[in-house]
Amino acid sequence: MTTQSMPPSDAQPTDQIPIDADLDDDGPTAAVITPGQKGNPIWRVFRSAQPVGWRLLLAGVLGALAIGSSVGLIATSAFLISKASLQPPVLWLQVSIVMVRAFGIGRGVFRYAERVTGHDAAFRSLTDLRIAIFDRLATIAPSGSQMWRSGDLLSRLTSDVDAMLDLHLRVALPYFAAILVSIGSVILVGAFVPMAGVALALALLIGGVVVPAITLRLSAATQKLVAPATGKLSAEAVSLVDHGAELIVLGREKEALAKIQEADTELTSAASRAAKSAGLAGGIGVLAQGFAIVIALIAGTNAVTSGALDGVNLALIVLVPLAAYEAVQVLPAAVLALARVREAAVRIVSVIDVPDPVPDPQNPVALEHITPGQELHLANVSCGWQPGDWVLRDVNLRITPGVPTAIVGPSGIGKSTLAAAIDRLAPSSGDIRYGDVDMANLAGHDVRRIVGLAQQDPHLFDTTIAENVRLANRAATDAQIQAALTAVGLWEWIEELPNGMETKVGRFGNEVSGGQQQRIGVARVLIGDQQVVVADEPTEHLDADNAALVMSALIEHCQDRVLLVITHRVADAARCTEVYRVREGTVARQELA
Amino acid sequence: MKPVDPRLLKWATATRRFLIASVFLAVLTSLLIIVQAWMLADALSAVFLGGENLDQIWSDVVVLAGVIVARSVIAYGLESLAFHSSAQAKSQLRMAVLEHSVALGPGFLEDQQAGDLAQLSTRGIDALDDYFSRYLPQLVLAVIIPITVGVAILTQDLLATVIIAVTLPLIPIFMILVGLYTQREIDKQWRTLGQLSGHFLDVVAGLPTLKVFNRAKAQAQTLRTVGGRYRQDTMRVLRVSFLSSMVLELLATISVAIVAVAIGLRLVNGDLDLRTALIVLILAPEAYLPLRMVGTHYHAAADGIAASGQLLDILDMPLPEQPDPADNALTVAQTAGVDLQAVDVTVQYPGRPVPALDHVSAHFPGGAITAIAGPSGSGKSTLLQVLLGLQPTETGEAAFVSEGQVQPVAALPRETFLPTVAWLPQSPLLIEGTVAQNVRLGRESATEAEIEAALQQAGLAGDTAEARQWAARRLGERGAGLSAGQAQRVALARVAIRNANLVLLDEPSAALDPETEQSVVQLIADLKAAGATVIVVAHRESLIAAADHVLNLLPTPGSDESQPATQAEVMANLPGLRR
Repeated sequence: MTTQSMPPSDAQPTDQIPIDADLDDDGPTAAVITPGQKGNPIWRVFRSAQPVGWRLLLAGVLGALAIGSSVGLIATSAFLISKASLQPPVLWLQVSIVMVRAFGIGRGVFRYAERVTGHDAAFRSLTDLRIAIFDRLATIAPSGSQMWRSGDLLSRLTSDVDAMLDLHLRVALPYFAAILVSIGSVILVGAFVPMAGVALALALLIGGVVVPAITLRLSAATQKLVAPATGKLSAEAVSLVDHGAELIVLGREKEALAKIQEADTELTSAASRAAKSAGLAGGIGVLAQGFAIVIALIAGTNAVTSGALDGVNLALIVLVPLAAYEAVQVLPAAVLALARVREAAVRIVSVIDVPDPVPDPQNPVALEHITPGQELHLANVSCGWQPGDWVLRDVNLRITPGVPTAIVGPSGIGKSTLAAAIDRLAPSSGDIRYGDVDMANLAGHDVRRIVGLAQQDPHLFDTTIAENVRLANRAATDAQIQAALTAVGLWEWIEELPNGMETKVGRFGNEVSGGQQQRIGVARVLIGDQQVVVADEPTEHLDADNAALVMSALIEHCQDRVLLVITHRVADAARCTEVYRVREGTVARQELA
Repeated sequence: MKPVDPRLLKWATATRRFLIASVFLAVLTSLLIIVQAWMLADALSAVFLGGENLDQIWSDVVVLAGVIVARSVIAYGLESLAFHSSAQAKSQLRMAVLEHSVALGPGFLEDQQAGDLAQLSTRGIDALDDYFSRYLPQLVLAVIIPITVGVAILTQDLLATVIIAVTLPLIPIFMILVGLYTQREIDKQWRTLGQLSGHFLDVVAGLPTLKVFNRAKAQAQTLRTVGGRYRQDTMRVLRVSFLSSMVLELLATISVAIVAVAIGLRLVNGDLDLRTALIVLILAPEAYLPLRMVGTHYHAAADGIAASGQLLDILDMPLPEQPDPADNALTVAQTAGVDLQAVDVTVQYPGRPVPALDHVSAHFPGGAITAIAGPSGSGKSTLLQVLLGLQPTETGEAAFVSEGQVQPVAALPRETFLPTVAWLPQSPLLIEGTVAQNVRLGRESATEAEIEAALQQAGLAGDTAEARQWAARRLGERGAGLSAGQAQRVALARVAIRNANLVLLDEPSAALDPETEQSVVQLIADLKAAGATVIVVAHRESLIAAADHVLNLLPTPGSDESQPATQAEVMANLPGLRR
């Protein structure tokens, strides 16, 4: 076959892939799938391959030529032998001999060309699709989707995108080739004996439409029959494995095994029942092909007897159906692939169609320069993760540079939402101003040139510690990065690592501890030049000493900047000059006791 | 990959019957193919050269139609049979693995790697479907059909037979070459492409972070660059490996072309008649087809083999040796109320950097309550399992000691020792059924009155009437319908009813409030009064206070940095802000 399925995306670490390019954000790139468009999801995804359209078309034609060569080989061979049996001068056979040899070689060569062209086109289109999805997600992140709260959704999206390779290689190309070859063969046979052409067309329709439909139906029916039994068996097996030790201590392991045996018997008999119809598609296929041959023989014989057909062509029209049927033989598999691909396409399109919860203003004011040392002023700000669905209302804050300010309150009360809203990551109403700049008039990326956010749960990319920090400021020198890492108390640890700052943090940062991840996140803000720093739970996962260190680093960095720390720890709040508390859905100033 | 893994045939005996049946069907199929070629060639030459009409070849047409019907019935039968035997084989393999896992013992089941076992033995085993239902039957056809068809051609024409006999064996040879060399390269490259989707996952997961630092759109450009580079690398490999499979296809079709031209030329010379030539022409592609199809099913089969490899490896694990009763210093009966000790115990879970227990020694006086305290990750639960004799150790062992006699726990015969032990793990087993049924798991012979008493002892019910209600209550799958605290108390009632000599409790009050915790303290005291040795892993003060002895287990060095303060602790520390 031409393809194999993509390995799971977590197969290998992504060590040699850069996480960044020396480019800054400037507006959206062209989307390949337009959000909110109508139409069949699979068609919308397929149409996104337009840039590689001619390559796919070429691959399709080559695929048709490959199978066509098989048909040609049998047709010319049959003609050659029939002709030769009349014992003409050998010269008369030369053209046929050359064609037989050409078709014999053509099959392999065209197939090769098809696979190379098809795979190349599919990979190109996959990259386009990734970029289109990434681009859309970049617009709606993080409030527009549950995606960033569920690792499952993320990895499913990744494998859904990979599944689109099958859309081209296993669905579109085989179908295209099958249709071309079918039409060609029917015309070839029909031109000699129309009746035989009709029979061949019928057989190909059965093989290309009826048999795949049966396959699809049977697969669904089997699933329906087998799925409940599988679920039951799974539950019993999980219980046996999870509680195996306890079952053995209680002396109940035989009972548990008997229960599994029972579920297994149920599953196996369901699967056996489904198996009874499993061969149906294959059987019908053989029958359809044979039907075309028998009809061709009968109609051809009559045509020869009546003089309508030269006997030398009889073998050709009878034997072509033998080869032509190959074109439709892969279609049952293509239909099953299509069913899988469709589910993936629906999910991809549903991600793309999510409306942007925090759209930029229609005509954003360009941010020419940023005046340092201004106040951050929030007036009647309401915010939430969806517009109108506010978690906090009427927040009024005025934060002066050099006056560290804290907002305290238990988790889940909306503090992080406020931080996200200030950084234009979550929708809000009301006024957020930096000095005399009304942030509502700015584009999102300009807002984030003013406000630097230390996220509660910063993502570490699968690259080095240094690159993970540098992300916040491409211009930062190694010395600056070292200073930032020192300030958050990580330098001692880094110095002991064999590769120092160039140590990889692993996938999702899983080779460094939670506390270290948190502090790398804070270090990012420290190398930035934003005039407003919002730190969302910067001391999460840290012990008291390290928490104090991180707070000092932030306060030191913000001597002339606005600093807003969001925390549930009293020790952090105690380091701040001003403290606000979240209460009854808003933020109120707190007098320190 | 071996064409057929003998271990699979050994465990999945249903496969053997199927293989025999499919050999029979394959022979039948090849005979039908030959008859079909005969009839077609006969009819074609009769009409073309003999000038016969439809009536004169009618018998050929009828036989041909019969052959086609028979072939379609066999195709249906072979495929259905394949799916049927696949279901049987999977069932045999599944039950064999699960039974063997249980026989391997609790140590194996508790093992980290066993976490995948449930998945592997249910959905994972489905990967074998293609192996059993597609690859194996095709393999049989690929062996039988070329031979029978080859013999049929031999009876017709020697030259064609020679051409086929020379080229045909090249196909499996090339297949092996493809399998050995290029397939590995392709797989490697597909894994590299897997890295690409890993990179995609990484940047999408990090999008909020990228956006915060205005790096999101820039990353789209990186995706394009990286995607392009990976595509070029992959295509370079694919171009080469597709080349070798092209040779495969080429061999099959060009051989047919050579045969066709060769017999064509001999026809011209009158060395051959048309009928024979047509038989050879029709049969030649049939000889190559089944072999090429084997390659088609190779990938799916390889996936299945990989999945079954893990299962077969489990089946290959030797069973633990049963202790010889004669060697025991103490009989099970003699261990009642006897001191228990752990000497120099080390437990290393596979794949963990630090051992769970590092040369730990401890003494547990018989008939007394010992509390094991210590921070999480210090190996308290593991120690309990060592004391149960369930957890294999790297060094040291747990043993009963009485008057100078030392009886290792692991050497006691399980079927008599385990009934004298009660163990409450951290997440105890709850089954679908009534609460009474769940409690009765502790002792099958328990009367209803005893169960009601146990439910009261566990603090679930205040009086007999309430206990009766509880006993009759039905639970869903995995104890659905109970809170964590209620589930824990049902399991405690199971401990209470067991009449055990040795009671091991792993954080019995973790999900309980302080009031109900008192009932646990009382239960432990009752168990001690009944003569049991009680060992309890405890976090809370009140449980530790109830113990006669306290063992402090320190974490193994090399654990992670300081423990983060929990939410509750932090909020409790907010007096300055609390109004």
